[in-house]
Amino acid sequence: MHGLINRSIQSFLRDTYGTSLWTRTVLEARLGFDNFEAMLVYEDAITDAVLDAAARQLRRPREALLEDLGTYLVSHPHFESLRRLLRFGGSAFVDFLHSLDELPGRARLAVPDLDIPRFQLRPDGANRFRLDCHDGRPGYGHVMVGILRAMADDYGALVVLEHLGGQDGAEVIGIELLAADYAQGRPFALSTAGRPA
Amino acid sequence: MTGAPAMIRPMSLSMAALAQLMPMYLWLSLTGVILAAGPTLCKVLGRDPAGQGLPDHFLIRRPADLLPGGDFTRLSGCRVQMQLRHPPATLLRGLAVPLEDGAGLLFNLSFGIGVAEAVRIHALTDSDFAPTDLAVEMLYMAEANSAVMQELHGLNRRLQRAKAAAEQQALTDTLTGLANRRAMEQAVDRLLQTGTDFGLAQVDLDFFKQVNDTLGHAAGDHVLHEVARVLCDETRTGDVVARVGGDEFVLIFPGVSRMEGIAAIAERIIDRLSRPIGYAGRECRISASIGMTLSRLYPQPRLDRMLGDADRALYLSKMHGRGRATAFSRNMATDPEPPAIVSGGAGPDAQPVTLGTLSTLEAKKP
Repeated sequence: MHGLINRSIQSFLRDTYGTSLWTRTVLEARLGFDNFEAMLVYEDAITDAVLDAAARQLRRPREALLEDLGTYLVSHPHFESLRRLLRFGGSAFVDFLHSLDELPGRARLAVPDLDIPRFQLRPDGANRFRLDCHDGRPGYGHVMVGILRAMADDYGALVVLEHLGGQDGAEVIGIELLAADYAQGRPFALSTAGRPA
Repeated sequence: MTGAPAMIRPMSLSMAALAQLMPMYLWLSLTGVILAAGPTLCKVLGRDPAGQGLPDHFLIRRPADLLPGGDFTRLSGCRVQMQLRHPPATLLRGLAVPLEDGAGLLFNLSFGIGVAEAVRIHALTDSDFAPTDLAVEMLYMAEANSAVMQELHGLNRRLQRAKAAAEQQALTDTLTGLANRRAMEQAVDRLLQTGTDFGLAQVDLDFFKQVNDTLGHAAGDHVLHEVARVLCDETRTGDVVARVGGDEFVLIFPGVSRMEGIAAIAERIIDRLSRPIGYAGRECRISASIGMTLSRLYPQPRLDRMLGDADRALYLSKMHGRGRATAFSRNMATDPEPPAIVSGGAGPDAQPVTLGTLSTLEAKKP
C-alpha cells in the first residue's frame, strides 16, 4: 500500500485519538517503526494490521473507522490540499460526483505509483446515483462514504449515503441528492492566492 | 462513398453559443475594430471592449512586424500572441481565422502557460473556462505537484537528519575505510579502563599537499587508499589504524610496553611509504613522519596527553628532515625548543615519569 495512504491513516489516528493510541496501535500491529513515510510503498498486510489493531484498541468496527478516516481526509486542516484537489473535480456536488470516474487518473497525475480504486457512477432515478468502487482493497467503499459525506458538506449539498455492500466484486454506494444548495458550503477558489502557503 | 459530396449549408452560430463554446473569443473587423468579445475576455479586460480599436487594448507580439493600424487581414490563419496593453499586461495566445464575406476575423485566445497567474490576478473560476480547456487540470497539476514536492522535501529533511545522526555514530572513515577518530578514542578508552599497556603513533604524510596540488584530488585520494593499505599491512591484527585528519593517522598498539616494538613497525611503514605510488601513469612521491609514545610512560595515561606528546615527537621528525620516526622523551616535554607545540597541552603534569633509557629513536631515512 502506498505510503501516502498509510501516512493518512497514521495522521487520522493521531489527530483524532491522540499519540498514545497511535503508539499502542504501532505496538499491537508489530510495525517495528512508528512513522510511515508518505513517499515509500509498504506491504498491504502492514496496512491491514494497523487498521485491525486500531479498531481493536478503540473497540469500534473497522468499517466505522474507515468512514471516519474518509471524513477526516476532507475536513481536517492538515489535509486542506487534498480537499482542494478534490474540489477541482467540479463547481457543484453533482459535477464532483461525475468527476469521480477520472479520480484514478487524477491521482496518478499527482503520484504516478498511487493506485486507487476505479469508480463508476450510475444514475439510479431522479437525483439518485450508485457509485461502484472496483479493484480496491476491501473497505475502500467505507472510506469513500466518509469522503462523499464530507465533500457534500463542503459543497453545501444535502445527501443521503449508504454503503450497499459488495456486488460483482465491487463495493456499491447509494447516493441520494436531496438538495444541491442546502447550505453555504466552504469557499473554494481556483487560485490559492491569499491563503497561507 | 457515392456521388458528389452533399452541399453543406454554411454554418451560423448565435453569439450566445459562441460565448459558451469559446469564452475567450474576439471578433475583429478588417479595419481593426473589436466587434465583440467573449465573457472571460471581458472579465480579463475589466470591461467590454466592443467598438474600440484592437490596439487600444492589446499589443500584438506575434507576428512581430504587424504595426498598429497595419493590415489586420495578415493575421488570418496565424498563431498570434498578444499582451494586454494595460497592467497586469497578461499574455494571451491563440489563432485568428477569417470569417465569410469579409465579416472580419475570429480569434480564439487562451492564457497558455501563464494560466495560474492569470487565474489569480483576474480571479477566474471554473465557469470562466470552456469544458474542453485544460486550464483547470493544469492548476490541479500545479497544486498536486507542489503538495507532493512538500512531502518529498519533508522526507529529504528527515533523511538528512537520519544521515547526520548516523554519521555522528559512525566509526569508519568513509574515504579509506579505516577507523575514524571516534573509533580510535573508544578503543583507547577500553584500553585505559582495563589498564592495558599500549603504544601510540601519530603518522603524518610528507609532501601529500604537493600531490593534491599538482596531480589533483583524485590522485590524493588514491594515495590515501594506498597509505591505508600499507598501514594495515604493517600493523598487527588487533592494532587500531585510524585516519584522524586529511593526511594524519593514529596507530594504537594494544599490549605494547616497549618502544622498540613500535619503532620497528614505524620503520617499515616509512620504508614502504617512501616508494613512489603510481597513479594514472604518474608517480606520486610521499613519505611519512612519525611520533610515538607509550602508555607505560605515564602514571595515569590520558589520550589527549599522549596524542600531544606523540605530536611533539612527530614535530621533531619533521624538523629533522621528515621520513623518520621519533619516540617521545622527557627532554622534549621540558625542552621549549618547538614553541609551536609546547602550547599544545603539556603542563607540568604532562611529563612522563619513567624515562630511564628512552631516547629519541630515528628510523633511517631510506
